Amino acid sequence: MSGERTARREEVLSYAGSATRRAPGEALLEVRDLRVCFSRGGRRVNAVNGLSYTLNAGEILAIIGESGSGKSVSARTLMGLLPPSAQVSGSARFEGTELIGMPEKEMRSWRGAKIAMVFQDPARSLNPTMRIGAQITEAIRAHSAVSKKEAAERAVELLKLVHLPAAERRFFEYPHQLSGGMRQRVVIAIALAGQPRLLIADEATTALDVTTQAQIMELLVELQERLGTAIIMISHDLGLAASYAQNVVVMYAGRAVEYATAEKLFANVRMPYTRALLGAIPLLERESHALLPVIPGQPPDPAALPAGCPFRPRCDSATEACLEPPRFAEHEPGHWWACWHPSGGEDARDAHIGGAHARQARDVRQAQDVRQVKDGAQR
Amino acid sequence: MTMTREAGGRRPTGERLLLEVRNVVQEFAVRGPGGVKGAKVHAVSDVSFDMRAGETLGVVGETGSGKSTLARSVIQAPRPKSGEVRFLGTDLMKLGRRALTEARRQMQMVYQDPFGSLDPRWKVMELVEEPLLGYGVRSAAKRRERVCELLDLVGMDPGVFGKRRPHELSGGQCQRVAIARAIALNPALIVCDEAVASLDVLIQAQVLNLFERLRTELGLSYLFISHDLALVKQVSDRVAVMHLGQLVEIGPSDDLYRRPLHPYTSALLNSIPGLDPATGRVRRPAAPKGEPPSPINPPSGCRFRTRCPLAQARCEQQAPPMRELFPGHQVACHFPLAQPGTATANHAEAD
Repeated sequence: MSGERTARREEVLSYAGSATRRAPGEALLEVRDLRVCFSRGGRRVNAVNGLSYTLNAGEILAIIGESGSGKSVSARTLMGLLPPSAQVSGSARFEGTELIGMPEKEMRSWRGAKIAMVFQDPARSLNPTMRIGAQITEAIRAHSAVSKKEAAERAVELLKLVHLPAAERRFFEYPHQLSGGMRQRVVIAIALAGQPRLLIADEATTALDVTTQAQIMELLVELQERLGTAIIMISHDLGLAASYAQNVVVMYAGRAVEYATAEKLFANVRMPYTRALLGAIPLLERESHALLPVIPGQPPDPAALPAGCPFRPRCDSATEACLEPPRFAEHEPGHWWACWHPSGGEDARDAHIGGAHARQARDVRQAQDVRQVKDGAQR
Repeated sequence: MTMTREAGGRRPTGERLLLEVRNVVQEFAVRGPGGVKGAKVHAVSDVSFDMRAGETLGVVGETGSGKSTLARSVIQAPRPKSGEVRFLGTDLMKLGRRALTEARRQMQMVYQDPFGSLDPRWKVMELVEEPLLGYGVRSAAKRRERVCELLDLVGMDPGVFGKRRPHELSGGQCQRVAIARAIALNPALIVCDEAVASLDVLIQAQVLNLFERLRTELGLSYLFISHDLALVKQVSDRVAVMHLGQLVEIGPSDDLYRRPLHPYTSALLNSIPGLDPATGRVRRPAAPKGEPPSPINPPSGCRFRTRCPLAQARCEQQAPPMRELFPGHQVACHFPLAQPGTATANHAEAD
């Protein structure tokens, strides 16, 4: 079994080897002060407002945020997939090449070959009238001049790489004959056809069941480890990001509000918005019928952003100072945030305003205490 | 099946039986080219459970496990193929059309897509008024009064939102309108079919808290369907786990999550990504192998056996019956993960 596995790994590595691979840890993508603005009916909709982050080669970066926080728009910007009404400024350098303002002709040669994208709905990413095999071979032949037969062979190889059961048979099937999870595997296989160095997974598992989601995420992690593909996973699920990503960017109203390694971030949340997000997740550990800590209000309208910190109207620690936009900076080594009143801190972890973790841990402890008291009373 | 009388864990407020579901079967015909009837989809196969007044029952399972079909069978839309659905003592299966309409006053549904369940051309006031009209509240003044009361109840200012149309509302606000419609006739049971699945986590928390508040204020019961296990834990007194049209496990939510008995429940629980709040460490999910089998040709015996790590020859030959292993905690498995004798060990582990 293990022999077979290593053999397969070598085969896969040789397949990936043609792309020049960067040493892990080296910056693959540097996004600096990215701004995207749409003009719609005379209104300016500021979708992304000065987003900056760095993605290292071979790492998994999670971009977390609610709908409308600009996470998908910022990813589409990298692929040059925005409508003509979008006005983009700032810089996004991929291996030193500037992606913003790249001519469409040049962009076409980049799309799929260097950066590939997987979308949320696998049913709509595939052509329902084409066989699976034809769709993958099409993608392969778009990126390299190979014969149809050769492309078909590589397509089957790709389907095996994404662990599609009975790949040879599935090659001749149509998308409707596959389940949601299998379709997403096919979409990932197509994305890998051009041997990209960066894979953007835009809510790639949101439409799937938890069980299938775990399978697809395992596949993505495996591909990252085997092929050295860097992955940007865009998600609204903090739990998912915590489980798989090395680094996490939290976005709110089109800008990054917190950035750190997943370990550091979730152990010590500093930005009140991230804390609110963490607190609102239903947890298995919580008692039934417990009320969730919620923050009032809605995310701001991107056409009319509040002055200063965009989270100010919903934040309970907001003061006068928040009318001035806080700077997104590295306040602690490796931990960036944009807030005038960061919560937590190493010393305050167990205090009331401590990280969501400490608070949750305390809730659980209290619940246990209550249970013990109840047990005692019964005895 | 007397399990619900002595259900362990949290004791729900009412002792009256609200809903008794017995051996409900729902099947659909697959139609081939030209509308020829072909194979049968076994959407719900022989499902039985009870619900007490004031209790929340969560239903979890993967896509295609029959959660929604079960809910629709309960409200008789469409009627199940066979079985018995007793709601407050009356068997809904035997009711005529008019009597059923009257019975549905007591049970309402909230669906997943908040935009899809509201007519885009209607104003919020009209939307909330519709059920009152349908069920004969004649006086316009009374209806108006009730609409304002309902909108207040779901946390929307009638003066601000009353004249708006769905496209002027956010997803969370639309869902609040849908909830106001559902509670307009003072129902006893609300069926929530993935009611918060399409909302963002912060809005989702707001709506979940609203459900919780309405439950205590109005004494509602919920049949809460979701694929999100943590969410179901949050709202439910008891949880039922469905797999391929069958109920595989049902029990008090605390007990079921702490000590899952069915390997499928355990697999579901293990595939949730998340943070462990006690240690601050991350829980990397373990994915179960394989795809769920087709409901057209379910496997013989136990339907989970093709994916089950504990499956043996017996699972292929004999379908496991539902049996009660712990107070109120039933499981349909030949080789459950815990037996009453070993319960203490599990408890120690959980602590």
